[in-house]
Amino acid sequence: MQRRLLLNPERLKITIARLCQQLIENHGDFNDSVILGMQPKGIFLAERIAASLKQQLNKDIPLGYLDTTFYRDDFRRRDAPLKPNETKVPFIIEKKKVILIDDVLYTGRSVRAALDAMIAFGRPDKVEFLVLIDRMYSRDIPVEASYIGQKVNTNDNEKVSVELAERQGADEIWLINKESVS
Amino acid sequence: MSQLNSKHLLGIKGLSRAELELIFQTADNFKDVINRPIKKVPSLRDVTIANVFFENSTRTRLSFELAEKRLSADVINFSSSSSSVKKGESLLDTVNNILAMKVDMIVMRHSSPGAPHFLAKHIDANIINAGDGTHEHPTQALLDTFSIYKKYGSLDGKKIVIVGDILHSRVALSNIFALQKLGAEVKVCGPITLIPRYISDLGVSVELDIKKALEWCDVANVLRIQLERQQIKYFPSLREYSLYYGINKVLLDSIGKEITIMHPGPINRGVELTSDVADSDHSIILDQVENGVAVRMAVLYLLAGRQNEN
Repeated sequence: MQRRLLLNPERLKITIARLCQQLIENHGDFNDSVILGMQPKGIFLAERIAASLKQQLNKDIPLGYLDTTFYRDDFRRRDAPLKPNETKVPFIIEKKKVILIDDVLYTGRSVRAALDAMIAFGRPDKVEFLVLIDRMYSRDIPVEASYIGQKVNTNDNEKVSVELAERQGADEIWLINKESVS
Repeated sequence: MSQLNSKHLLGIKGLSRAELELIFQTADNFKDVINRPIKKVPSLRDVTIANVFFENSTRTRLSFELAEKRLSADVINFSSSSSSVKKGESLLDTVNNILAMKVDMIVMRHSSPGAPHFLAKHIDANIINAGDGTHEHPTQALLDTFSIYKKYGSLDGKKIVIVGDILHSRVALSNIFALQKLGAEVKVCGPITLIPRYISDLGVSVELDIKKALEWCDVANVLRIQLERQQIKYFPSLREYSLYYGINKVLLDSIGKEITIMHPGPINRGVELTSDVADSDHSIILDQVENGVAVRMAVLYLLAGRQNEN
């Protein structure tokens, strides 16, 4: 299998630490800010970031999970319906600054759906988007992330595999060539 | 499993336990959706659904219509009392005319058992059975079992008694199938004239004494006496039925344990349930109504999601 390591456990830690610093720079004490992790894989990154912020700021940062399944634009255009995951937004997002978090930004369609899903809970003052891996030049929709862990130039026949410890992974991010997999 | 095996929902009989569980999981997500500030999702925005009701209904039809609208589907309603069926049009012609208007799904209630199965053989659209005569009422059984699942977390080993007019009840038959597939034990209770003769072949036991039945069960699903389906008299009077099979506070207090009371509606207050029971903490009747919308959203969503593979 042809694959390339994008982030090893050590680098992943450094990258998350840097993203947290950037968040603190923009959100200060997080009084009006909330974090929404996108299901299914963005939530683990969101949890890590929230935990790291808690350590540095000595307070709980409101953290929710957002599932975008019912808001996707490819329903009835794929073979089987996607399985929905839990949505948990245990706070009010009206007039808050929302930080959406996902692992990979590729075509931009997921985050478009996430914006729709989020609006169902109210009208935030501001929405930002944090992503661990940004697959450049592959957008179907004009969206960009506000915070980026690493930018990668990829082809359509490649896949970014985020293997986090929460999902029995090794905390490594790989770029895999799909054609060589089978 | 991430999708249903059939493109129709004709009855519970043809569903597997895994499919029932998939519907429950999806309904769980939709229950969450309908409790949000904005209760609508755009999933079915390119789907048109016809609610075709050849028999009266308030609850089921409202519940389906709300579920369809919460999923952003386009909805048209049809009821036979105000239509060309009165002029002698056949079922297939009526439905084909509706489909010619580019309808993707049909939700149908009909007084003839098997009517939706007949349609499924002749037309392309997805068909959801919203009650066919005295045969099945699958979404009612799904919402009943989903309500028990939400209250107890699982149906495995739970004891459910279905009380009342079992003979004429499509709710009872669908419930028996669903409960057994999910691992529950089922008993039916009612006047011997209203119990189908060979019901024990379904693996269901019969109890004629309401007090014993309530002492045995965890959940009692109490059915309405369907006078409109009874061509002959099955018991002397409603008053006598109420005396022997009506559930009241005194009876509930006398069994010495807490059981859950369910009813598919509409309730004949004072006949099968007294008001103090129907409105008590034991009753999850209004939860059933709320869960009905979530379960129907799940069914519509899962069936619509299959469509493109054909």
